[in-house]
Amino acid sequence: MPGNNPGMLQNAGILGADSIILDLEDAVSLTEKDSARILVREALKNVEYGNVEVVVRVNPFNSEFAKVDIDEIARVKPNALMIPKATEEELIAIDKMLINIESEEGFDAGSIKLIPIVETAYGLENVYSIIKSCDRIVAVLLGGEDLTSDLGIVRTKEGGEILYARNKVAVACRAMKVDSIDTPFTDTNDFEGLEIDTRKAKSLGFTGKAAISPKHIDTIQYVFAPSEAEIKHARRVLEAMEEAESEGKGVFSLDGKMVDAPIINRAKNTVELARLLGLI
Amino acid sequence: MMNILGREIPEYIEGYGKVIPFEGTFKRAGIKVKKEVKLNSVTPNDKKVLCGIEEVLEKVELADGMTISFHHHLRNGDYVLNLVVAAIANRGIKNITLAASSLFPNNVPLIEHIKNGVITKIVTNYMSGPIAQEVSRGILKTPVIMHTHGGRARAIESGDLHIDVAFIAAPTSDNYGNINGLYGRSACGALGYAVADAQCADKVVAVTDNLVAYPTCPIEISQIYVDYVVQVDSIGDPAGIVSGTTKITNDPVGLKIAKMTSDVMVATGLVKNEMSFQTGAGGISLAVAAELKKYMKQHGIVGSFASGGITGYIVDMFKEGLFRTLFDVQCFDLQAIQSYVSTHKHQRMSASMYGNPDNKGAVVNNLDIVILGATEIDMNFNVNVTTGSDGAIMGGSGGHSDTAAGAKLTIIVTQLMKARLPIIVDRVTNVTTPGESIDVIVTERGIAVNPRRTDIIEKLKKTNLPIMAIEELKEVAEKMTGKPKAIELTDEIVAVIEYRDGSVIDVVRKPL
Amino acid sequence: MQINKPAKAGTMESNDIYIMIMPSPKGGIEINLQSIVMKQFGEEMEKVILDTLKELSVESIIVNAQDKGALNYTIKARIETAVKRAQ
Repeated sequence: MPGNNPGMLQNAGILGADSIILDLEDAVSLTEKDSARILVREALKNVEYGNVEVVVRVNPFNSEFAKVDIDEIARVKPNALMIPKATEEELIAIDKMLINIESEEGFDAGSIKLIPIVETAYGLENVYSIIKSCDRIVAVLLGGEDLTSDLGIVRTKEGGEILYARNKVAVACRAMKVDSIDTPFTDTNDFEGLEIDTRKAKSLGFTGKAAISPKHIDTIQYVFAPSEAEIKHARRVLEAMEEAESEGKGVFSLDGKMVDAPIINRAKNTVELARLLGLI
Repeated sequence: MMNILGREIPEYIEGYGKVIPFEGTFKRAGIKVKKEVKLNSVTPNDKKVLCGIEEVLEKVELADGMTISFHHHLRNGDYVLNLVVAAIANRGIKNITLAASSLFPNNVPLIEHIKNGVITKIVTNYMSGPIAQEVSRGILKTPVIMHTHGGRARAIESGDLHIDVAFIAAPTSDNYGNINGLYGRSACGALGYAVADAQCADKVVAVTDNLVAYPTCPIEISQIYVDYVVQVDSIGDPAGIVSGTTKITNDPVGLKIAKMTSDVMVATGLVKNEMSFQTGAGGISLAVAAELKKYMKQHGIVGSFASGGITGYIVDMFKEGLFRTLFDVQCFDLQAIQSYVSTHKHQRMSASMYGNPDNKGAVVNNLDIVILGATEIDMNFNVNVTTGSDGAIMGGSGGHSDTAAGAKLTIIVTQLMKARLPIIVDRVTNVTTPGESIDVIVTERGIAVNPRRTDIIEKLKKTNLPIMAIEELKEVAEKMTGKPKAIELTDEIVAVIEYRDGSVIDVVRKPL
Repeated sequence: MQINKPAKAGTMESNDIYIMIMPSPKGGIEINLQSIVMKQFGEEMEKVILDTLKELSVESIIVNAQDKGALNYTIKARIETAVKRAQ
């Protein structure tokens, strides 16, 4: 949400999102960059965000605002900084800044994470090495609007033009074991379209999706939520695993199929996600 | 003396009389006597139509010290109240008691009349705008008496509130005083708040801008109650008549509250076939109706009735077959008026049928769920909808206390803070509705359940909803806003808040 | 910090506070606060403004503020922004 809006900053945590992005970049006009930065800084110090992950999108590193954004915001310990149009060099430079700040402030080294935004042709082609460039990276956000703008093509609701981008980002993130966040759906009132778009992202392997309106949160969570059947199955897997362990068995089968580590892992993730979403 | 809610109330109030202290929602139930009505019989030769307000005042012998009444179905677009009071002032009449079911910003001319001694006492269910602010500053020498919608009907029918002349703004009237609110350019729909006045006032005058051939059809208020009929250019501004209606909130916080409320309703098990439901006209209340609609459609639930002031949103639910009937005490918008005109399953209820505790059973007794608002709520779940946290009158019960008393499940929906002011406070500035009637408070940051309702607590425990003690909820708010300084009040009583049964639940003291 | 020129920060939106500051010819701190919750929080808001000015070492300033229910952190942020803009 726009960083210069106190009402939104105060209410951000209770709208149901898993993480919130407090924005100092595109949602803030040039003349208000200072205002937003100071407000977000004070909000982070004073507002209770509970278990919600707090991410601050700073200005692009080559802008006049980025360094002071990072310096001031990192010192109030957001969970992560989101870096627009990030390149490998920029991320390495930011990492160095953060190492110093964490040391000066007495924070655990590496505690402030980074989320680069892939929104240029360069960023898309180099996503794997961008993720690899820095240990702090926990996720990548795909920025569909800016990407299509950079490519000089039209952005559509159906998203055919960003299929390659989605595929590539989802796969690279999976390879590097970080989260992949799909680009937001921009029609605030088209919930059917939102659901279709979210399912597309999920089917390509994205682990999450950005929302530009709180109204989108329910639909996105619904699509990513494991179904009742999936949860039931996951629980059975874990129960069977516990039973096998108590009987001293190393391997076991369920419904006639062998249950190996990846299946157990998926079951654990499913149950964990279900708990997180309040489904169990 | 203190009443059972710990509110300090004198035993006798100048301009009100001896105080019966509130002792509990149904403590005064029992044998009731209705007042005798004295009337002037009308013979075949008598003509009812008069030439103008002047002649009306002559014929009804309007004199100093009388009580006159008006309904508020034309809301902020009403012309009749101001017109009649101006004519009364013109005749040099003084010391009139104004029993208007509600007062709105457009009643600002009353301020002058009060200053000039024309109006010296006000009895009403709701007031907003400049008149409310001035009353809070103490321009009346005696306190305003504030009733609930049901309580006003009770007072009129029992004789506690004697009306000398009732002026009924009539969107349609024939020459013999048969009135309806359905047709005419100032159509306003159901005339629920005019019925008790028509039945019990000494003299009743129909003021219309749509005089039709005899007999009008349908008849909402019968000729047998009406003494005179007078035609005026316009009884109200149609734009103002449907003013004050709200849209569903677009605020994400309000929408979240609505979703949580829907989850609460479903968890209690009351959302099922034959259920009955009422919601307010505020933005969040309407969002709750939208959530309920979704759920009912998904699960094929058909309710018995929806009630209240009816808005287009409730009409939509009715049209989609989610409720078999509607009970309507006032129409809030054109859609409601049109629905009322088009089907007899959209039924009028008078204020008495709606919420009078002293009849053989009001509609609120049959209500399953009601959704209400609040300006303040205290640790005992007492609710204030009469004054704002600056101590000035900004509303009144309306149907709040009536529905809360009758409904099986009363839910208050509200943001936890409104512009830095916590809604949950240690002690409300004034009590409108007693805590024993309030079951659940839903805010965006947590839900509090009245400890009396162990049944609801059990059911909600099984959900993932953020249930917390009301004290905790207050602390969450105060942590963000800081603790507000209490408003300083003087000893001067500017309003008496009368509970629906005629007892006094609180008094409003003038802020410093 | 010195206030070298007039400056403003914040908005008239709900939950915000609109701050206009200017140098004070006679010295000292002058605060003119209008708020929709003046009775309940006026005193506390003035204290937040004074504390923030102290932290910024501002000793001479005229502050005109129109509050729409801002929480303390917002008041602090807007004062700081205005002061920095007045450099």
